[in-house]
Amino acid sequence: METAQQLDKPSLGNNDAAKDKAINERDAMTQDTPYPDQTVGKPFVDNPKMRLRDVEVFYADNQAIHGVSLDIGKNEVVSLIGPSGCGKSTFLRCLNRMNDTIDICRVKGDLHLEGQDLYDPKLDVVELRARVGMVFQKPNPFPKSIYDNVAYGPRIHGLANKKYDLDEIVENSLRKAGLWDEVKDRLHASGTGLSGGQQQRLCIARTIAVSPEVVLMDEPCSALDPIATAKIEELISELSESYTIAIVTHSMQQAARVSHRTAYFHLGRLVEMNDTETVFTKPEHDLTEAYITGRFG
Amino acid sequence: MDRMHFGEHSSTQFNEALESIRNNLMEMGGLVEKQVVDALQALLHADSDLAQKVLDTEDKVDKLEMLIDEECTRVLALRQPAASDLRLIIAVTKAVSDLERIGDESAKIARMGQQLAEEGESPRGYVEVRHIGNHVRNMLRDTLDAFARFDAKKALAVAAEDNEVDLEYRSAMRSLVTFMMEDPRSITRVLNIIWSLRALERIGDHARNIGEQVIYLVEGKDVRHITVDEIEAKLKK
Repeated sequence: METAQQLDKPSLGNNDAAKDKAINERDAMTQDTPYPDQTVGKPFVDNPKMRLRDVEVFYADNQAIHGVSLDIGKNEVVSLIGPSGCGKSTFLRCLNRMNDTIDICRVKGDLHLEGQDLYDPKLDVVELRARVGMVFQKPNPFPKSIYDNVAYGPRIHGLANKKYDLDEIVENSLRKAGLWDEVKDRLHASGTGLSGGQQQRLCIARTIAVSPEVVLMDEPCSALDPIATAKIEELISELSESYTIAIVTHSMQQAARVSHRTAYFHLGRLVEMNDTETVFTKPEHDLTEAYITGRFG
Repeated sequence: MDRMHFGEHSSTQFNEALESIRNNLMEMGGLVEKQVVDALQALLHADSDLAQKVLDTEDKVDKLEMLIDEECTRVLALRQPAASDLRLIIAVTKAVSDLERIGDESAKIARMGQQLAEEGESPRGYVEVRHIGNHVRNMLRDTLDAFARFDAKKALAVAAEDNEVDLEYRSAMRSLVTFMMEDPRSITRVLNIIWSLRALERIGDHARNIGEQVIYLVEGKDVRHITVDEIEAKLKK
């Protein structure tokens, strides 16, 4: 559904001198606190929706993710946090094969969505992305009407045969995204004419219009003001009743507010995954503690 | 204990804010400790001037309590602390109100000292006051020390000592009640001693509360309202 240019460029290597310096400083700071051999905390759950084992991601010769294993439970909100360049977005993109759009990117490991191997060569990627939807950092509505933005997915997936059915899907999706009341009188106005927060909710409506099982969110609020952010966060907890959600966020308070479990990534490794409350009050690993309390990153 | 690096934030202002809170807490602790020591001396030696000094310090202690609370509120609002920083702020706000209450109890003892100076000394109870007073004073010193060093073991020891103080208090009560029954004329004066013992016992409880906050701060475990054995079991988990 999304085209390649709508994606944010993933970080390919460390070309940037400033970033190099930042990473060196961070390494120096964390030298005496080594990575755990194994992820600490509770990375696994019973009956997971997504079962991810030994995930490794390479950009050409650069390894971006080192053996990450975790589960995402059904109707669970999992947040992925960590300093810039730690691989959390890269990891998220593996979950609906968004990394396929990058030629030099290779993904290794076992990634399963309820028994379905995500990297099975026979798997239809478009269908996978209908099951595992994604919301991006910047709101990216199509330059079409509000109605058509939401109806686009159901149309191409053939989810509605009659206009009546499609109307219902559009209304339901907009209602779930908390946008219906604001746009019901101008469904045929352009989606790009909405405010940033409304556009992001429109993108969420577009994502859930195809009834995905999992919704991936890559910093969905970073371009929004606090009120719009609060609305999206409220939405996330409502959506978790019907969907499984994985969210990458730079706002630790946001992770604390919306998620059930929090995973802390550090330089391509999953250091700790625990109940969100534990991570924010008494993290088990020193690196998590250092990041949560703002000692680096 | 090695996790408690409060001076290593990326933000120096945050470092300074936490440093200032800790310094003010230690200053307040020092003042209150001195109040307890002076109040005991004033009571034991019927020294009205020293008692007045204890009462005069109250204002300073109250002001520090408000200052520290304000600093903590500011950090909560501006920094949204998490993990050990959050536990530090929570522990400090609670410890501060316990310290203030210890100050109040010391003032009570000082007032008893003044009354005894006016009405004449009590015929009994000074041995108990000296004994329990020393005990409680050490508890307060240890608990403040544990806070300064983030030492959960020492804090646990304070909690254990509080049980002893409670036993000593009850036994002192029994012997003083017996004495009053034998000599009703002494009741007014002995009551002053009893109120003082009660205040000391309360100081012990507050010192224990602060110790429990230290354990929360260091170990992230809530150990209030359980026995010392249960605390030990919880810390081993």
